[in-house]
Parts: sequence; C-alpha cells; structure tokens
Amino acid sequence: MIETRALSVALSGKPVLADISVALPKGRLTALVGPNGAGKSTLLMTLGRLLEPASGDILIDGRDLRAVPPRELALQLSILRQEGAIGPRLTVRDLVSFGRYPHSHGRLTAADRLEVQRAIDRLDLAGFADRYLDTLSGGQKQRAQIAMVLAQQTDVILLDEPLNNLDLAHARRVMRIAREEADAGRTVIVVLHDLTVAAAYADHVVAMKAGRVAAEGPSEEVISEEVLSRLFETDVSVAEVGGRRVVLTL
Amino acid sequence: MRAASALILAGLALAVACLAYLSLGARGDWGFVLMFRGARLVALLTVALAVALSTMVFQTLAANRILTPAIMGFDALFLLGQSLLVFTLSGVGVAALGAYVTFGLETAVMLLAALLLFGTLLRRGQDISRMILTGIVFGILFRSLTQLLNRMIDPNEFTMIQSAAFARFNNVPEGLTWITAGLTVAVGIWLMSKHRQLDVMALGRAASMTLGVDHDRQTRRLLAAVALLVSVSTALVGPIVFFGLLVSALAHGLAGSWRHAVLLPLSALLAGCILVASQTLFERVLHLQTSVAVVIEALGGLVFLAMILRRRKT
Ligand SMILES: Nc1ncnc2c1ncn2[C@@H]1O[C@H](COP(=O)(O)OP(=O)(O)OP(=O)(O)O)[C@@H](O)[C@H]1O
Ligand SMILES: [Mg+2]
Repeated sequence: MIETRALSVALSGKPVLADISVALPKGRLTALVGPNGAGKSTLLMTLGRLLEPASGDILIDGRDLRAVPPRELALQLSILRQEGAIGPRLTVRDLVSFGRYPHSHGRLTAADRLEVQRAIDRLDLAGFADRYLDTLSGGQKQRAQIAMVLAQQTDVILLDEPLNNLDLAHARRVMRIAREEADAGRTVIVVLHDLTVAAAYADHVVAMKAGRVAAEGPSEEVISEEVLSRLFETDVSVAEVGGRRVVLTL
Repeated sequence: MRAASALILAGLALAVACLAYLSLGARGDWGFVLMFRGARLVALLTVALAVALSTMVFQTLAANRILTPAIMGFDALFLLGQSLLVFTLSGVGVAALGAYVTFGLETAVMLLAALLLFGTLLRRGQDISRMILTGIVFGILFRSLTQLLNRMIDPNEFTMIQSAAFARFNNVPEGLTWITAGLTVAVGIWLMSKHRQLDVMALGRAASMTLGVDHDRQTRRLLAAVALLVSVSTALVGPIVFFGLLVSALAHGLAGSWRHAVLLPLSALLAGCILVASQTLFERVLHLQTSVAVVIEALGGLVFLAMILRRRKT
C-alpha cells in the first residue's frame, strides 16, 4: 500500500500539489483521473521519487519513501513517465533489458533474458524486438517503454498515460496486463483520461483537480455523473451498456 | 561484431603509429632515441586517453554529443587556476613547490570549481543551445580573467605560466609525464569498471533514477573524474578544444553501439592513433614542428560545425 500524508509539491517555486492525502491499496488497480494540469503526472513522479515533495510524507507499506536506498527502491517501484525520450540509439530488446538493471546490474542472466522476452511478448512486440526504437511508430515505442517497466517486476507499478498513442486492441491489452499485475498482488497506479476504461478496469479511483484531491474511493462511487461533471466542469453522463458503465460527453 | 572489429583495427592502427613514431628517422644510439621518444610517446598517449575518456563521459552526463568539457570551458578553468596560483603564491613560491605539488594544487582548484559550476548546470540543463552558450561565456570569462591575472603578475614570474592559444604537442613538461600517465590510467580503469552504470546514465536522469542509479551522486563523482582528466591533458599540452569532439564523433560512428564497454576503449584507441600518427607525419615526415595542433583542431572544428548544422536540419 502507498499512503501520502499532507503531501505538497512545488515546481519552479510554484505550488503544484497541495495537501494530498490518499491511500492507494495493495493488490489493486488505482486510476488517477482529472483534467489537464491537475497534477496527476506530478503526483506520480513524486511517488516515484523523481520529484521531491516540499512537505508531507509518502509511505510504502508503512515505510518512509525517503529512507529507501536508490537500489532497493528500483526493486520495489517502477514508473512509466509521460515524456520518455531515450537518448542513445537502442533496439527494443536493449531498452527492455534495461528494466532488468536493478536485478542484475547489467550482467543479464538466462532468467533475465527470459523475463525480457516475456515482457516483449506480453506487449506484442516480438516482431519488432530487434528493431531500433527510432524506426518504430509512436504506439510501438510506447509499448516498448511499458515492456521495460514490466521487465523490472516491481511490487509497485506507476503508469502515466500508458494508453497514449495505442490503438484500441493494444489499449485493451495494456489494461488487461495492468489488471493481471494487480491481481498478482502488485500495487498498480495508472493515469487515465478515458473514464470508461477507468470504470471497466480500476478498483479504486483518485480524482484530482487543480493540485488537490477532488474525490477518492471505489470506482463505482467516483465514476458518477455528479462527481465527474463537477471534476471536469462540463456535462458528463454515465450510461450502463451491457452491464458496464460508459462515460459520455456530448 | 562490428564493435569488436573496430576495436581490433583501431588497436592495430595505434600499434603501427607508435612503431612509426619511435623508429622513423631515428639516427645514432637506439637506446637513447627510444628513451627520449618513449617518454614523449607516453605523454602523447596520456593526453589522448585523457581527452577521449573525459569527452565520452562528459557527453554521457550531458546527454549530448556536441558538448565536450573543452567546449564548456573546462580547460580554460584549469589555466585560470594556474594563473591564480602564480598570482597568489608568486612565481618563486610556485617554483619552490615543485611540479608535482603545483599540479596537485591546480587540479584541486579545478576539481572544486568544476563541481560547483558544472554540477548544477548539468542537473538543470536540458536545453542544448543554452548549454553551448553558457560554455562559450564561461570560456571567455575564464580566459579574460586569466589574461587579467597574467597582466597583474610580475613579468619575471610570467614564465611560470604556460597558457597558450593552442596546444603544443612537442614540448611536453617532462617532470609530469609519469605521474599524469599513472593518474590517467587509474581513472581510466575506474571508468571502465563503471561502464554498465554509464550505459544506464546515458538514458537520462529520470530513467537512471528509476533503475536505481543515484544519478546526482554519480554525476558528481564522474564530473570529478572528467575534471581530473582535463587537468592532466591541459597541464601536459595546453588547451585542446575540438580534438575530443573529433574523437567522440569517430568513435560513435565506428562503434555502432551504445555500450560504454566499446565506446570508452575505442575512443581512447582512436585518439591515440590520431595524435601519434599526425605527430609522426608532421614532425618526422614533413618537419613542421607546430602545425599538429592547428590541423587537429581545424578538423575537430569542422566536425563541430557539421554536427551543429545537421542538428538544424533534423
Ligand atoms: N516544470 C514546471 N514548472 C512549473 N509548473 C509546472 C512544471 N511542470 C508542470 N507544471 C504545472 O503543474 C501543473 C500540474 O502538471 P502535471 O503535468 O502534473 O499535470 P497532469 O495532471 O499530468 O496533466 P496532463 O493530463 O496534461 O498530463 C500544471 O498546471 C503545469 O502547468
Ligand atoms: Mg500528465
């Protein structure tokens, strides 16, 4: 479980997150939703210790995040960032293999290679495994980055808009993977803009607005016309189609 | 495979260049010739190793293949430290300290200043144009400060200072050869032992932090190593601005690999090859004493221009 207590974060001296206190349950899939600029990416980066909070605490299974040494953290927590430009010219397999670095520090074992191959297969990248990233399409690159995060095999998985650039079949594949990881006991936190997807896959939803938590709870409670209309300041209707909630804006 | 053959070829070429340097046009007592030329060869190879490794590592830290320590004003910083030392201690005082202690002090000043100035810059800087501009401004600032100090220094003590506009490869201060060679090899071994971590750091600060590399701390250490290597090469031959860029561009082109296990040794071999071969050509064959630095710098400068123009297009 990840818990934040009165967390606030400032970027370039400007307060971006204020008084965030949430509890993200272990073994569950949590969706982080909210309008552009609400602070979703900032929260995710802070949870992944890529940004430092101005005040407040983050606890992972009751342990202060600040107390975890970098190497150990990389074995516990992995993160897919929204902007993930890669410097060197890598193949897909090179990139995914970097996900094993926390485990093997660059000397891949047979077990590591197996794990890399599994991540490649799960993201349907087998046909591109030895292609250079700069020769791939946007969605293929995004899948390669997700595969790298999966190869890291951590208990906490943070995904910032993993569905960016993905077609509907691959978006479904990625959400099913996120679901499987949560069902395997991992804490999965996903930033999503598609609320229908959030309703279908998430157990728990945190809605953010202007740097604060607007609503938090089980997805049935948060994904409702009333909450969402207030959150996005626009009329949102939630319909039932085939036993599933579908979020519409027209 | 391509990387392995590039390494082998570069190694062979370096061996041939070294043999030519030692033997070409030698007359008289071979023992004496070998001793004299051997020491100078060691100095050349030390400079090559220092320039190549400092450039490759700095480019990894800066996540950029156009920036080099020299372009960012590192060597100008070393020369400033040198003048500062003569200025504060006076030439007599520096002479009394001896070559080793002076070099140690200059290097210490350099390390401190480099960490202070470039530590924060690298951490923030993603905007390359701004980094280049900052480097140029730093370079001009350090050079002008050096000039100012040199004017204020007693003309009699001025001979202590070797600041020059160009590198001079043919009169290397002999007292420093062996200690700098040892230092450079030690730093080189340390850097090679970190090649896997350097691969990760090349992915950028955020990516390497998520993979468990304490990026800020490692950057400080590596930056200190870069400062040490630049101190070595500047103390031996003076400022070399574009040679590192030439070497790194060649190494990246020939290696076809992102692995530092290949890039570090290949760049060192290529640097040694270029330096020794051109020194042999100009000194032994063409009998032009001073042009080596000019030619190498001109080539490197062209590479710099080409890389900047190519960036424009893409
Ligand atoms: N480096 C920065 N300096 C100052 N403000 C920033 C910086 N980065 C982001 N912000 C601001 O912080 C706020 C939160 O940004 P964040 O990227 O967390 O939003 P988000 O919820 O992820 O939005 P999106 O849905 O567009 O990805 C925004 O108002 C943004 O303008
Ligand atoms: Mg975002």
